[in-house]
Amino acid sequence: MTTPLIEARKAGRILRGEITTTLVTDISLSVMPGEFVSITGPSGSGKSSLLYLLGLLDIPTEGEVLVGGEATRALDENHRADLRLAMLGFVFQFHFLLPEFSALDNVLLPMRALGRMKDAQMRNRATDLLTTLGLADHLWKRPDQLSGGQRQRVAIARALANQPSVILADEPTGNLDTVASAQVVSILRRIVDEEKKAVVIVTHDPGLAAKADRQIQIIDGRIASDGLSANQPATVAS
Amino acid sequence: MTLVIDIAWTHVTARLRQTFVGIFGVATGIGFSVMMAGLMEGSQNDFIRQLVDSMPHIAVTDEQRRAPIQPATEQFDAVEFRSLSTETERRGIKNPLALIEALESWIPGAVAPSVTTKALIHSGGRDLAVTVIGIDPKREARVSKLESQMKEGQLSSLFKASNAIILGDGLAQKLGVTVGATLSLATTTGTPVFARVVGLSHAGNRMTDDNQAVVLLKTAQILDGRTALINEIRIRVDDVMAAEEIANRVERQISYKSTSWQESHQDILSAFQIRNAIMVMVVGAILLVASFGTYNIISTITHEKTHDIAIMKSVGLRAATVRSIFVLEAAFIGGAGTIIGWILGYLLCFFVGMIEFRSGFTDMTHLPILYAPKHYAVAGGVGMLSSLIAGYFPARKAARVQPVDIIRGAS
Repeated sequence: MTTPLIEARKAGRILRGEITTTLVTDISLSVMPGEFVSITGPSGSGKSSLLYLLGLLDIPTEGEVLVGGEATRALDENHRADLRLAMLGFVFQFHFLLPEFSALDNVLLPMRALGRMKDAQMRNRATDLLTTLGLADHLWKRPDQLSGGQRQRVAIARALANQPSVILADEPTGNLDTVASAQVVSILRRIVDEEKKAVVIVTHDPGLAAKADRQIQIIDGRIASDGLSANQPATVAS
Repeated sequence: MTLVIDIAWTHVTARLRQTFVGIFGVATGIGFSVMMAGLMEGSQNDFIRQLVDSMPHIAVTDEQRRAPIQPATEQFDAVEFRSLSTETERRGIKNPLALIEALESWIPGAVAPSVTTKALIHSGGRDLAVTVIGIDPKREARVSKLESQMKEGQLSSLFKASNAIILGDGLAQKLGVTVGATLSLATTTGTPVFARVVGLSHAGNRMTDDNQAVVLLKTAQILDGRTALINEIRIRVDDVMAAEEIANRVERQISYKSTSWQESHQDILSAFQIRNAIMVMVVGAILLVASFGTYNIISTITHEKTHDIAIMKSVGLRAATVRSIFVLEAAFIGGAGTIIGWILGYLLCFFVGMIEFRSGFTDMTHLPILYAPKHYAVAGGVGMLSSLIAGYFPARKAARVQPVDIIRGAS
């Protein structure tokens, strides 16, 4: 039996303060290799919060999140950072590239942090990734010299740099025009089909969600439905 | 590590104006600290050198540390005496030649006898109270700088005439006399003598030049009325700083009060300690102010770079790595500031040392500056350390940024 790349077991995140807010609760799901999963839901339903939990950017206040079969809730910050660096890749709505660094340097960042490859190997891989994503002529350009779509493709290249098992994307096309959006979706699809990685995207765009193999709908912080994207989602009892 | 260096370097070079302000702050702090330390220690050393040169390192005088106990006090505990006359002894160091010989056998340096007395000089209708020192010119040349301070004539000129005298040039000017003049000397205890001026000395210290006259030992003994006695043994030691220890040993050996130059000028040396404490505080304050500049810059960078910190941490950089990036930025600023500060400090010392001035009290015409590597090392070390500390706190804060908080805020 294949171990899920990411698994949530009754995970939840509650913000405690003057007003206690439940971001997500009672989330149970698994992401397997080669899966393209979309998480949809209305604004404020907890889609992004769920992604942050799955991506170890946030710590569940209830339940557990496992990455590669390893329970993460009790891990210290360094261990969580190491898991993110080696196993997960992130793409955000706002590209979140380092502004003073070139596209190539931005892609090199996670590889240099991981330090498993020699300089020349890293440079070759970063160049290959950017070339594959159609940015061969923009290696030395800084983010402010690139268009929105190009920046997002650099962010995808950075997410792929350490050959992670899972790409987590939060509204990756939310800031792009139709053409650039289509390019990004196509790239993510290719990552799943050709590299057999798992991709989890958060989107409010039904068109984009429909391109995923599996759709998870979140309403009020709970999974309302989780099923295949054949327009026949299976309702999950929560 | 190269990743940390690259990011830190990119941050500081991307904000050149801010970086230069930070570097300039550290450099100014270090430069002025070096100058202050050089100036303060230079003037202190110069002053001590003048003190040490102007007198013997150790003076053994015909006094005791404690007043002698009177026989009546010692012998008749049960009886009270009133209106007793105290027993008086003839002043002076007894058996001086034997004592000098005994001291010369172990003291690393030179020993010379002298008679010091207060006298009234009368010349051309003017009377001036002066200090007259009787010396043995051959021995004196080894214990004081008097020979090299001769402006006219030589120390040996004292042998050229009976009752020859050498005057400080300021004193000669006040009396209106020159070499060859004759004047009279008188004390309250001895025999007045007529003396011929055979030389003029110039120590560069107004106190000495205006108030001191030198005669042969024998002349001073006659003048003071103490034939065959001296009242001071002057000692010059090879190691100036060992004077205090040697003085203590001399006193234990021969019982006479033995005063080192340190003890004679204890008040001045104490004042130097206070001055040094003030200097340390001023220099510390300068460097502290400079470190505020570094703190400000690193704080600004970390504040501006909150998004970048979130990106780096979301990618998987550890908190310690993020912290080291900003501490390294502080190190860049501190390091560059230190090097420029050293150059600035040297130039400031050089130019301050060129400033000319005149003082009525000494011959010094330029500010004395001490060029000491320790000043550069201490100022640089403190400057660098304060920069690192100033950088550490904002760096620590940066490393605590939770990427999810920033990412949530941006979405």
